Amino acid sequence: MSDTVISIRNITQRYGAADQTDAVLALDDVSLDIRQGEFVCLLGPSGCGKSTLLNIVGGLFKPTSGTCTVNGRLVDGEPHPDKVAFVFQESTLFPWYTVIENFRIALKFQGIAQAEWDDRAMRALKAVGMASFARHYPEQLSVGMRQRVNMARGICVETDILLMDEPFAALDEQTRMVLGEDLSQLLAATGKTIVFVTHSLAEAVFLSDRIVVMTARPGRIKTIINVNEPHPRSPDFMLEPRFSEWRNECYALLRDEIRATMAAQRDPQPQSAGA
Amino acid sequence: MERPSLATRSVQIAFLAVVAGAWFFATETASVSALFLPKPASVYAALQRLVQTASFWSAVLVTLTTILKAFAIAIVAGVLVGYAVTRSKLATQVIEPVISGLFTVPITLFFPMFILFFGIGTGSKVAYGATYAFFPIALNTIAAFATMEERYLRAARSMGASQLETFRHVLLPGALPVLITGMRIGFFICFASVLGGETISSVAGIGRNIAHAAELMESARMYAWIVFVIATSVTLNLLVYAFENHIRSR
Repeated sequence: MSDTVISIRNITQRYGAADQTDAVLALDDVSLDIRQGEFVCLLGPSGCGKSTLLNIVGGLFKPTSGTCTVNGRLVDGEPHPDKVAFVFQESTLFPWYTVIENFRIALKFQGIAQAEWDDRAMRALKAVGMASFARHYPEQLSVGMRQRVNMARGICVETDILLMDEPFAALDEQTRMVLGEDLSQLLAATGKTIVFVTHSLAEAVFLSDRIVVMTARPGRIKTIINVNEPHPRSPDFMLEPRFSEWRNECYALLRDEIRATMAAQRDPQPQSAGA
Repeated sequence: MERPSLATRSVQIAFLAVVAGAWFFATETASVSALFLPKPASVYAALQRLVQTASFWSAVLVTLTTILKAFAIAIVAGVLVGYAVTRSKLATQVIEPVISGLFTVPITLFFPMFILFFGIGTGSKVAYGATYAFFPIALNTIAAFATMEERYLRAARSMGASQLETFRHVLLPGALPVLITGMRIGFFICFASVLGGETISSVAGIGRNIAHAAELMESARMYAWIVFVIATSVTLNLLVYAFENHIRSR
């Protein structure tokens, strides 16, 4: 497809040498195309390699085999901060810098001219309603506020692609939903392409255009669910029967995988699925 | 770090008052020989005489220069070695226990060797103080850099930080509080070992003067020197703590 921005081809990720018994096959022959402006969630049980896949797309890891291209350029274990920004959990704000300094440093690392730093930072902070906290240190803010700031830090670098690695995992359910709403509002306007890793079914359905459901280790793509619902989405969407249907569909798919993971933890066997 | 409360401060001041009171009581009323423990008043008088002599200030200068030289060497060596070790996980696992093991050896035992190698002048005290202070500084440097959270490094890398930028804006500020603690401990170990070394064997400096006064049985003068050292050490400690809190609270 012509508007594909991220193209993942036959990615396999193995930790440890293949002939060793403790070798772990994290990802097995994963292929996926992501279109411009799409919101894609990677959903799967713990250890299914969804974060690994995100890190490969972002150039933080080099896959054992397979390729990933972003805007037609091969990603080979090298980050490309001009195209792709990461949002991790809120605890990746640098605690020794104030909020505004955290933005300046992100922009400096990315190679943005100094004259633009404060403008961009304040614009992003305003977008998440945190402009009056620019001079605070992260630890002076609540967890929810920190995550707003952290999201804004990912947005201020103004990349076309945003990779979000369980950004809301440390938050309570309510804060998580509110931030999810904000994110949906915020991003509907920008047309960014987003890949989002999560454990939360509701979050996945609420935010995504497509949900990529992954299998238990070794991670493969089990199914892709299309959530045909326009953005931005209001909280009322969660009350719709179709929301529950999508959510239940995800759960049904995941349940088997979670059982498989638990069984594997109960009686560990030598890896046989990797062949 | 929290500011000490009024209650904490009161207890600390009360403790000092008790010590001073006991000293006063022991010398004024009880029959402690003035040779062992002179009266506070005569120590004070001796201190007043002492600070007016040129030899007092030249001794202080010798000791301070020795401490600063030893401390500078310990910082450079400790931080460089500590940082180099943390560049590899294996090196950290192998070398950290060795350094902390060596730190438990009383290096005082080797003081005669320092005299043999570096002579009776200030060189042996510089080497001795630097060696002693090297350990806490190196250990804290290792702790500071080895405990750096992976997530900050990953975030910096994802933002496109160069290695130099990562060091300047992530590793160093993250490590600074623990690094400063190591330097504070190192400084006071330096202070104590230089003075100790001077007292055992030297030709100049505060420690030498204390030993000399003791040999001549001039207790008041000896205690005057000791009071001066304690006052200096307490003042430095307060200054360093204030500096450390300033760094931490940024």
